Amino acid sequence: MHFSGFKIIKEALTGHKGWKPTWRTPDPKTEYDIVIVGGGGHGLATAHYLAKVHGITNVAVLEKGWLGSGNIGRNTTIVRSNYLLPGNEPFYEWSMKLWEGLEQDLNYNAMMSQRGILNLCHSDAQRDAFARRGNAMIMAGADAVLLDETGVRDMCPYLDFDNARFPIRGGLLQPRAGTARHDAVAWGYARGADSRGVDIIQICEVTGFQIEKGVCKGVETSRGRIGAKKVAVCVAGSSSRVMEQAGMRLPIESHVLQAFVSEGLKPVLPGVITFGAGHFYISQSDKGGLVFGGDIDGYNTYAQRGNLPVVEDVCEGGMAIMPMIGRARMLRMWGGVMDMSMDGSPFIDKTPIEGLYFNGGWCYGGFKATPASGWCYAHLLATDQPHPVATEYRLDRFRRGRMIDERGAGAQPNLH
Amino acid sequence: MIIHHPLLGPRDAAEFYVLGDAALIDRPDGQAEDAAERFYGYLYLRDNPAGEHRELWYHEQGDRSWLVVTRDTLTHEIKKVELARDVALQKGRGQ
Repeated sequence: MHFSGFKIIKEALTGHKGWKPTWRTPDPKTEYDIVIVGGGGHGLATAHYLAKVHGITNVAVLEKGWLGSGNIGRNTTIVRSNYLLPGNEPFYEWSMKLWEGLEQDLNYNAMMSQRGILNLCHSDAQRDAFARRGNAMIMAGADAVLLDETGVRDMCPYLDFDNARFPIRGGLLQPRAGTARHDAVAWGYARGADSRGVDIIQICEVTGFQIEKGVCKGVETSRGRIGAKKVAVCVAGSSSRVMEQAGMRLPIESHVLQAFVSEGLKPVLPGVITFGAGHFYISQSDKGGLVFGGDIDGYNTYAQRGNLPVVEDVCEGGMAIMPMIGRARMLRMWGGVMDMSMDGSPFIDKTPIEGLYFNGGWCYGGFKATPASGWCYAHLLATDQPHPVATEYRLDRFRRGRMIDERGAGAQPNLH
Repeated sequence: MIIHHPLLGPRDAAEFYVLGDAALIDRPDGQAEDAAERFYGYLYLRDNPAGEHRELWYHEQGDRSWLVVTRDTLTHEIKKVELARDVALQKGRGQ
C-alpha cells in the first residue's frame, strides 16, 4: 500500500474502506538469519536498512511490549547534529542527512520539520567554545551559524537577554536541525521493514541467549526458542538487564529522564532553543504544546517516572531564559529510562560472544541518532565491519583509553 | 524521595548528590599484578541491577556525610540507609 495525496482523495471518496494494517502480525519462525532484540526506533531502523540496503530479509524484530513502546515514544523529538568530537560529529551528520530523506525513503509522513536549533551562550568563553563547535560541525559537512546578541534578538525577541545572572550573549544556530514525529518514525521504519519481509513480533520477551562454546545460536523468548545466525541487541534502557543474560557487564547505568508538555498555545517558538547555563531545551509541537526537558534525575532507576526536584529545576531553567512561559500550564510529564554510558557516547559493536552484537549507550540522545544507528548497525551485521562513521563506538574503548567524552565529565554517567 | 539519614532523620533527596554504585567503596589494590584490569572494571563497568541497589549518596546540603542507601531501582523504595563510614570500616577499609 503506497501512501500519496491521490490515495487519500480516493479513500475519502470511497468511505476509507481501502486502508490496510501497516504491518503484519506473524508468528515467529524457528530460525532466522538475524534476530533483532528490541522493536524500538533503532531496532526497526536496523531491520529496515538490513532489508533495503543489504537485501537481508530473513530477519525478526522481537519486542517485549508493543512496537515503539520505549524511548521512541518518550522523547522530545529533537533532531540535530551539533556535536564537537571527531568520533561523534560525522555519525550524527550522517543521521541528519538520513533524516532529510527519511520520508521519501519510507513513503511515510514523519513530520520532519527543519525548524532549526539555537544553543544560547551567556559568556565570552562560551561563545568561543561555540565558535569551535560550529567549525567542527562545518568540517564534518554540517551547517552552523554563530549568532551575536542582535542575531538572537531578531529571532527570539522574548528571551531574557538582560538576565542578571545569565545574560544572553549570542548563540550557535544549526538551521537544518529540527523536530520529527517520534511515533511515526517507528511506524514508518516498521512498515518499511515489514513490507520487505521482516517479521515484527510484538509481546515477545527475550528471556535468555543460547550460547554454546562462545557462539550465540539464538534466543529463548516468552514465545519459545528462536534460532539465529546473528543476534542483535538494541534495547536502550534495558541494555544491562538483557546483556546480563549473556554474562556481560556493561559500562552503562540506567537513569530516568523526564520530559514535559504544556497546554497548546499559538505559535511562539520558531524552533528548538536550549539554555547554555543550565540544562533546558524547548520546542513547540505542531499541536501547539511546548515540549521541554532538562537533566536526568541522577540516580539509577528502571522506573519510567522521576521525582519532583528535577521538575522544579527544569522549570527554573525555562524561566531563566524565557519568562513568558511562566503563564503556561504544564499538561503532561513522563519519564524514559536512559542507558547512560561512561563517556556519554554510544556503542555499535560486536561482543566477545561470536554472533552476538550490541547497540546501546545512547544516553538521552538516541532519537536523533535513530536513522544512522540503524544504518550503521545494519552495516555491522551484514558485513561484520564497523561503518566508517561509527568506528569509534566500540565496547572496549574504555579499556583502550579511547573514550568519546563530549562533555568532559569523566566516567560519571549521571553527569553526561 | 525521602532519605532517612541515620543521624539527621528524614531528609529530602534533593539535598544529596548521588555518586552511584556502592561498590565504588571497594577500590582495587593499585599494587596488584592485575591492577590495570581491576581498575578498568572498578571505573567503567556496572552491575546496574533492576531491583535492589546499594549506592553512595553525599549529603552535600547537610552534614556532608556519605551514606550507603539501599534502594529499589524499580519502585524507588528506600530499604536501608547506613553511614558509608560504618560500611567501609566493616569492610576493613581505612585501617
